[in-house]
Amino acid sequence: MTGAASKRFDVSHFYGLVGLGLAVLLAGLGAFHYMEEHGHIVSGMNNQVVWGTPHVFAIFMIVAASGVLNVASIGSVFGKTVYKVRAPLSGLLCLALLGGGLMVLMLDLGRPDRVIVAATHYNFTSVFAWNVFLYSGMFGIVAVYLWTMMERRMKPLSKPAGFAAFIWRLILTTGTGSIFGFLVARQAYGSAILAPMFIVMSFAWGLAVFYIVQSVMYAWNGMELHPSVLRRMKNLLAVFVAGTAYFVAAYHVTNIYFARQTEFEQFILVSGGIYPLLLWLGFGVVGTLVPLLLIFLPGLGTPRAVLFASAGVIIGAFALLYTFIIGGQAFPLQIFPGFEASSSFGDGAVGAYSPSLPEVLLGLGGVAAAFLITTIGVRILHFLPQDDLVQLEAANPAD
Amino acid sequence: MSDKEQKPLPGRRALLSGGAAALGLLVAPGIRLIEVAGASTTASPKVRWGLLVDTTRCTPECKACVNACNAENHLSGATAPTDSQWLRKVELKDKRTGRTASVPVMCQHCAKPACVDVCPTGASFKRADGIVLVDRHACIGCRYCMMACPYKARSFVHAEVHDQNPEVPRGKGCVEGCNLCVHRVDKGQLPTCVEACPNQAMLFGDLNDPNSALSQRLRTIATTQVRADLGLDTGVRYHGI
Repeated sequence: MTGAASKRFDVSHFYGLVGLGLAVLLAGLGAFHYMEEHGHIVSGMNNQVVWGTPHVFAIFMIVAASGVLNVASIGSVFGKTVYKVRAPLSGLLCLALLGGGLMVLMLDLGRPDRVIVAATHYNFTSVFAWNVFLYSGMFGIVAVYLWTMMERRMKPLSKPAGFAAFIWRLILTTGTGSIFGFLVARQAYGSAILAPMFIVMSFAWGLAVFYIVQSVMYAWNGMELHPSVLRRMKNLLAVFVAGTAYFVAAYHVTNIYFARQTEFEQFILVSGGIYPLLLWLGFGVVGTLVPLLLIFLPGLGTPRAVLFASAGVIIGAFALLYTFIIGGQAFPLQIFPGFEASSSFGDGAVGAYSPSLPEVLLGLGGVAAAFLITTIGVRILHFLPQDDLVQLEAANPAD
Repeated sequence: MSDKEQKPLPGRRALLSGGAAALGLLVAPGIRLIEVAGASTTASPKVRWGLLVDTTRCTPECKACVNACNAENHLSGATAPTDSQWLRKVELKDKRTGRTASVPVMCQHCAKPACVDVCPTGASFKRADGIVLVDRHACIGCRYCMMACPYKARSFVHAEVHDQNPEVPRGKGCVEGCNLCVHRVDKGQLPTCVEACPNQAMLFGDLNDPNSALSQRLRTIATTQVRADLGLDTGVRYHGI
């Protein structure tokens, strides 16, 4: 392909991607309008399962937004050059995912037109109200952080800004985990382990998203990831994937040990139908075991294998969140421990839930928003991570 | 127990503020309903409204309280998972002994309500007299209160509602639940479920007043709070479970 032909190919593909992103975003907005017009009766949600598929998408994106910034933190806070060149892309992805996640969360409200009420009336005992500050603060801090990285005169402030973003995102993910951690009523939630669990999950999911975006950008530009960078990133991903599995295991094993929680664990791990299936197969196999094998098996660990591992981590993340959020609500509230309960309101019965098309489209609309911000952002801002290959070769002669 | 003992009597202040609210409605037709409700409230921190449910007098067949609640608040009475149910009968069976009980369950009007703690906008709130309510005009429909409530006492309005009771505004996209018939209590009437019960299984009164019929009854019979382990200090107490 000649230079001019290559450029035309590049431009047409860019507009093709933007068009695709816009189409999915519009479908998501259409789904929102449909749910807004008819009410949540057209969703799969009900009075037992009050948070559904949109929340799975939203929480994935918000958690991954925090985690994807980890790449920048390792560069700025811990001074690793390999990650420093990736910091701008990491910051942009953070803003994109946060924006997409919050869009879904807000558009799923029963009264999205009252979002101004949420922005002006705060109840400071509410984790949600804290999160309003944490999310908006995150936008501000990451925007400043990006500015310090892009503006030469601001460079000296890059490290403190990076440090602020590092601390802020740890608090932010603590806040996201605490949405569930502070819910004492339901068997699935109400545990202090959820905040650190969400932080470790964010590391894994964020890095997986980052790796996929970076791979696409490199393929687009005909570049290859330097083996030493690949080695670092895949090892880090493996540590985070194993860390997530450890926390999930600790959460369930602790529950199994408590007599009052064994019925719930029996449901979520064995008898609950789709939920144990997603937990074991989706999270356990596709999201944990397969990625670790793809990274560590002799002969694997190639850029392509790590790309598949990253995709597996993201599929596993959705499976885990679906089990955690929806399975956690489907299990009946233990209002009268020691009694069998039944009523017209679903007491004592497993709550039914199946995702509806508008919910899925709304969630995908949020992903599309994040995709569009990223695609247009990297195009305009030239955030392609460019390693200093001479330095890398000198530092890693064996590679 | 006579009705007179159960009824909170309206004071002079209640009548005056009721009149003021009526005048307000005449001069400012655009005023929000919630502000009117605020103007007419007689909530006093000296009072804590509560309820005792004697489940030994409840039978599984009897749904009088549920039907009265539905009629008063213009709920459809339908029981799909997306329909609102402010008050429901829960049939219980002891797993070991097989003993059964038929228990009306509604908002427990906790002294430390989890729904109020988690509500981001303050739409879930507790009145000075202990009644837990949703400000229908500040609720953004996030459903966090439904996640937090240990009693499954709240419903989300999944579709448009018609034929509303003007005193009990409801709306699509908002969360709602038992309000202890606050509009009736403020007028000195009993909650409709209490009034409708043919077996006098429900006793309404002031938990703070040691001489109220409710307090006296609570002193003489064994009662329990549902999920007392959570320490929420419920305003609704049960006998017989």
